[in-house]
This record gives sequence, C-alpha cells and structure tokens, in this order.
Amino acid sequence: MKTKARFEIGFEQILDPAGQVLTKRLPAFARDPEEMLRMYRVMTLTRTFDSRAIALQRTGKLGTYASCLGHEAAHVGVGAAMIEADVLAPSYREYGAQFWRGVKPEEVLLYWGGNEQGSNFSGPPHDFAWCVPIATQTLYGAGAALAFQTREEKRAVVAMLGDGGTSEGAFYEAMNIAGVRRLPIVFVVVNNQWAISVPRSAQTRAATLAQKAFAAGIPGVQLDGNDIIAVRKVVGEALQQARQGKGPTLVEALTYRLSDHTTADDARRYRSEDEVNKAKMIEPLERTRKYLESLGVWDDEKEQSLMAENKKIIEAAVKTYLNSPAPAITDMFDYMYAELPDALREQRKTAIEENAADE
Amino acid sequence: MSKITLLEAVTQALSWELEHDDSILVFGEDVGANGGVFRATDGLQKRFGANRVFDTPLAEAMIAGLCVGLSAQGMKPVGEIQFSGFMYPAVDQLVSHASRMRNRTRGRLSCPMVLRAPYGGGIHAPELHSESMEALYAHVPGLRVVIPSSPQRAYGLLLAAMRDPDPVVFLEPKRIYRITKQEVPDNGQALPLDTCFVLREGTDVTLASWGAMINETLKAATQLAAQGIECEVIDLATVKPLDLETLVESVERTARLVIIAEEPRSCGVGAEIAAAVAEKALYSLVAPIERVSGYDVIMPLSKLENNYLPSVNRIQKAVLRTLEAER
Ligand SMILES: Cc1ncc(C[n+]2csc(CCOP(=O)(O)OP(=O)(O)O)c2C)c(N)n1
Ligand SMILES: [Mg+2]
Repeated sequence: MKTKARFEIGFEQILDPAGQVLTKRLPAFARDPEEMLRMYRVMTLTRTFDSRAIALQRTGKLGTYASCLGHEAAHVGVGAAMIEADVLAPSYREYGAQFWRGVKPEEVLLYWGGNEQGSNFSGPPHDFAWCVPIATQTLYGAGAALAFQTREEKRAVVAMLGDGGTSEGAFYEAMNIAGVRRLPIVFVVVNNQWAISVPRSAQTRAATLAQKAFAAGIPGVQLDGNDIIAVRKVVGEALQQARQGKGPTLVEALTYRLSDHTTADDARRYRSEDEVNKAKMIEPLERTRKYLESLGVWDDEKEQSLMAENKKIIEAAVKTYLNSPAPAITDMFDYMYAELPDALREQRKTAIEENAADE
Repeated sequence: MSKITLLEAVTQALSWELEHDDSILVFGEDVGANGGVFRATDGLQKRFGANRVFDTPLAEAMIAGLCVGLSAQGMKPVGEIQFSGFMYPAVDQLVSHASRMRNRTRGRLSCPMVLRAPYGGGIHAPELHSESMEALYAHVPGLRVVIPSSPQRAYGLLLAAMRDPDPVVFLEPKRIYRITKQEVPDNGQALPLDTCFVLREGTDVTLASWGAMINETLKAATQLAAQGIECEVIDLATVKPLDLETLVESVERTARLVIIAEEPRSCGVGAEIAAAVAEKALYSLVAPIERVSGYDVIMPLSKLENNYLPSVNRIQKAVLRTLEAER
C-alpha cells in the first residue's frame, strides 16, 4: 500500500524545569527582561489570587471556585501572546490570561461569588465571558473568527478548553469549520491531565491531543505548558498566522492541575499524592524565576517585595469584592431582552412585591 | 432499619438493579472511581466492576447515543448526565432517536434506557447547574419524565424507570439530595410510574407540585392548617405522562388549584396542568388556577437564587387568593 499522508507532532520547550534555556534562538520578548518581568508579575499575582480565593471559599465568603494552580504559564502565556483586538473565548479557569487582558481580580471573585456583574468585566469589551458548558466556546469562537474574516479585520480568536473538552463533538465541529474556511482562530487545549476524576488516558486512545488537528486538516502542535516562553512564542506565532489569513492552529499545552478540580471536589478520591508531588517539581513559576535570576534582574529581595505587592493588590480586590452591594432583584429581569416585553414587565413587578413581602 | 437520604436511595436502587439484572450498565462522567460528583454511584464500580459501572469520555451526545444503541440491542443502560444543564448535547439523541425508536420501527426496536441527571436550584452552584428544564423533555412525545421528591419515591421510581420498556429522563432534585432521611426498605419494590402521590389530604384547596418544591409546599400546607385551611398536597412525580385522574378527582373536591414549581413560568409543566385541569374540571373550579413558579428569566447565580425560587410565603399567598372566592 502507498502512503497517502503522514503526520508528525512537534513538541516545543524552551525553558526546562530548572530554568535552563534549551535553544539558541530565543524569541525577542524572552530576551527583554522587562517583558519577562511583566509576565512573571502576572503569573505570581494569579497564584496569590488563587490561594486567596480558595481561602475565601473555605470561610464561606465565596461560592464554588475553580483553582488555576499550576496553570499560570499556560494562561498568562496565552494572554501575553494576544493583541488587544483579538478575542478571548475562555472556559472557566484562565484567570491568568484574563488578568493580562485587564480583567480585575475582584470581578473574578464576584462571578464565583454568585453575582453576574462579575462577567461584565474590565479588559477588552469584545472578550467572551466564562463558559461553563464544556467545549461549546470553540464553536462560537469559530463564529467570532468568521466575523473578522468576513469584515477583513486583522484580528483572531483564542478559544481555550481542557483535555476533557477535546472529547466533545463541539470541539471537532469547530476545528472542522475552522479548517474548511481557514478561520482566524487558535484553539488552545490546556491539558492538565485530568477532567475532574477522569485521567487524560481515559479520554482518548490518541497519543497526543494535538494530533486531533490533523483530521481537520489544520496544524497541531504540542508544547510544555509550564514554560511560558514556549506558550507565548507558539501561540503568538499561530495568532500572527491567523491574522494574516493563513488559517487556524491547534495548540496543546501540557501542564498539571495541582489543585482539586474545584473547591467542591476532593482529588484524593482518585489520584495519588505521589503523582501530584511529581507535578509540583515541574511547576511553572520557579523556572521562570530562575530564568529571571539568570538574566541578572531578579533576587530574593525583589521576590519578597513582589510578593508583598501582590498581596496588597489582592487584599484590596478582596475588600472591594466583599463590599460590593448584592445585585437588585430586578437584575434578573433587566438583561433578558434589549427591551423588556410587557409580560416580563408584569413578572418583574410581581417579583419586587413578592420579595418585599418575603423579607 | 437505618434512614437514608434521597441520594443514598438512588445508589441503593442502582445497586439493587445491577445485582438483579445483568443487562444493567451504569456510566457517565466521573461515575466510576469518583462515584459521581454527588456520590450517587459511590462504591458501585468497586462492587460490580468496571465493565458494568464506568467512566466515559466527556461527551453527553455520546452518553445518550450509547444508551440508545445499547437499549435497542437488549441492554438496560443507565446513563448519568453530571448536571441537567449539560443535557443539551444529549437532547439530539433523546429527541431524534430514543423517543422515536419504537414508533419508527413499528415496535420492532425500542429504547428501555434511563438518563439520570441532578436538576434544579438551591445549592448555590455555578451557571447552568441550577435550571429546571423538565418541560423541555416533557414536551417530547415518547419520553417519560420522572422527578422523585423523597428517598422512598427515589428508590421506587428509579427501579420502575430501569424496568420500564421506554426511555425515561430521571431528574433528581439535588437541593433535597441530602436534607431529608427516610427508611427505605431495600426490597426491590418499584413504584408505579403513572400515578401521582397524594402526600397530604385536604378539602379546601389542591396544591400540585413536584421535585424539591414539594418541601416548601408541605411547609405551606402545615402552616395553613394552623389557620384552619386544609390543603391537599399532590406530588406529580411523573410529570410525563401525567396522571390527570388523581389531579382532577382532587380538584373536583377542593374546587381550587395552586401549582407550585421552580421552572420558568411560560410553557412549563405547570401550564400543562392548568390547561388539562381547565379542560376536565373547569366547572368544578370556584377560583382561578394559581401558578407559583420561577420567573421567565435566566436562573440567576447564587446571590439572587432565593429570590427566584418560590418561597413558602408566596405559596401561602396564592392559596389565600384562591380562598377569597366563595364556593
Ligand atoms: C457539557 C458539560 N458537561 C459536563 C460538565 C461538568 N464538568 C465541568 S468541568 C468538567 C471537566 C472538564 O475537564 P477539562 O476539559 O479537562 O477541563 P479542566 O477542568 O481540567 O480545566 C466537567 C465534566 C460541563 N461543565 N459541561
Ligand atoms: Mg483537564
């Protein structure tokens, strides 16, 4: 039999877990200490935020919360690879990408605190809000990409999903149409090895998730998702291609979910401590810090003052969150339609009366 | 006998049927080692093995599609959709195939399958974890839609669902998963799928409800009894097909009907009950039918959740309004 097609999956890693540079051709941003520091700041801020959010949940001051511990390079790297005009279609834990784009920590808290106002966040007003139904964002992401293509705008979409999400039909449909129409979209699969209790190995027999791109006729690449330089470089180049009309890409970022799935989960039921400890050894922050030290722009003192600064920022955000007024009852009606239909106006009135009577 | 929760009653029913019917398979996202995110399948994989109780990849259309194919070929699948808000990819298989297989093949093939899902509000969960979309499924010809509201009914109705020759959407009111305990004899006895349950007898007004709202409805009835108002409380339990006979018989005696549900108001199961009762017993009514329901809005996140869900107070007021009319 003749070979009709053959495919290979590349793997990109620039910074190894010890912070050593594995290439001679560093991207420009990685040679710029200021830019590297900027990313490190957002990564560490994200981690400070994360542990504070979990503490708030544990003390009853926040609802169920999905931790991003260990995902900082994958998330911040994607944020840093985008331009303002691009559109982010996240799932629910990519705060690092969102902080980079201007979303405020208090807004994330409002959302997980059960206040829709949190989704009316700062940052680019065209960005999509959090998406709970797994993988569905890949399809509307494709729609957004088609809008830019139709209007000939040099903009692209990043749709982010998890390893589990790659099993949904929606994801295949999205890649397929993106391939057919050469849409300006980059699918970023943050493969953190777990979909709640289901390991990556139980999602698919495929050796990589990146190779799912091939069936759609689009390029797929895998990278070390704990290496922020690799993430920003590869996603940045894919976005550039997309904006230039050269079509979509699938990027699989390998990382590890160091926390429970959410605060409602207990990962000890289904995975070993040993596995988690091993993953901790290759987490993303330390290698970034070591790299900064090797550039001669970082030391313990600077680290300590950054931690103090992060803490201050997050405490201020927590204060703003805790002092935010509860939404008015009418909030649940007022964003339903551009103009409230009469039937709903009636219900709105009833709701005000009934709730007043309930007090 | 020790008392168990509604959640444990679900586990107990699954366990009984797995034990007694080799064709039963239980599967879904996180149902294996984790025992389900609410623990409804806790311990089942250990006990019955990973061939009969297993995790699937993350894909609801696939879960429902497997149920359709398995059931059409002699197995009895019980699929779990992690939250009813994630049912939508599965709706294609439900509407396009599960509900139609028997009719399409003139009875040659059928789909004795159960699709279980925790549903409803009240646990302060994130978006799409709290809706009450039972009317969506109830609208589909060929499906049964069952919603238990006590541990005993969860056990008996789930057994009945698993033994029913047709597809059943089994919605479990998660707000009351753990709040009431009852003795539930593990004797494999099913309850009928086609009758309502009269939970409290009364002469003044009929209260029809289902799911978690049964609790508020019973509370309202107790409080009204202190004022000398006797409410008859009916748990629909099987919202499709509906046992109209019990409802109509009750309304003919009480002459008043209040429907209590957390679903959005328009085009809901409540609307169907109101229409059906109006058709069969309009002349028995002395007051307009009242609906105490959710509003026609997106189920709000936790901060406004309690403002959306009908309260005991709202139920009582509706009852009092029906009593303003003279007999
Ligand atoms: C359509 C759908 N099905 C099920 C769920 C419930 N659920 C929430 S997160 C999750 C696992 C997701 O895993 P993955 O895609 O790997 O993303 P991660 O949470 O690991 O970031 C599941 C099953 C959901 N939110 N949406
Ligand atoms: Mg995952």
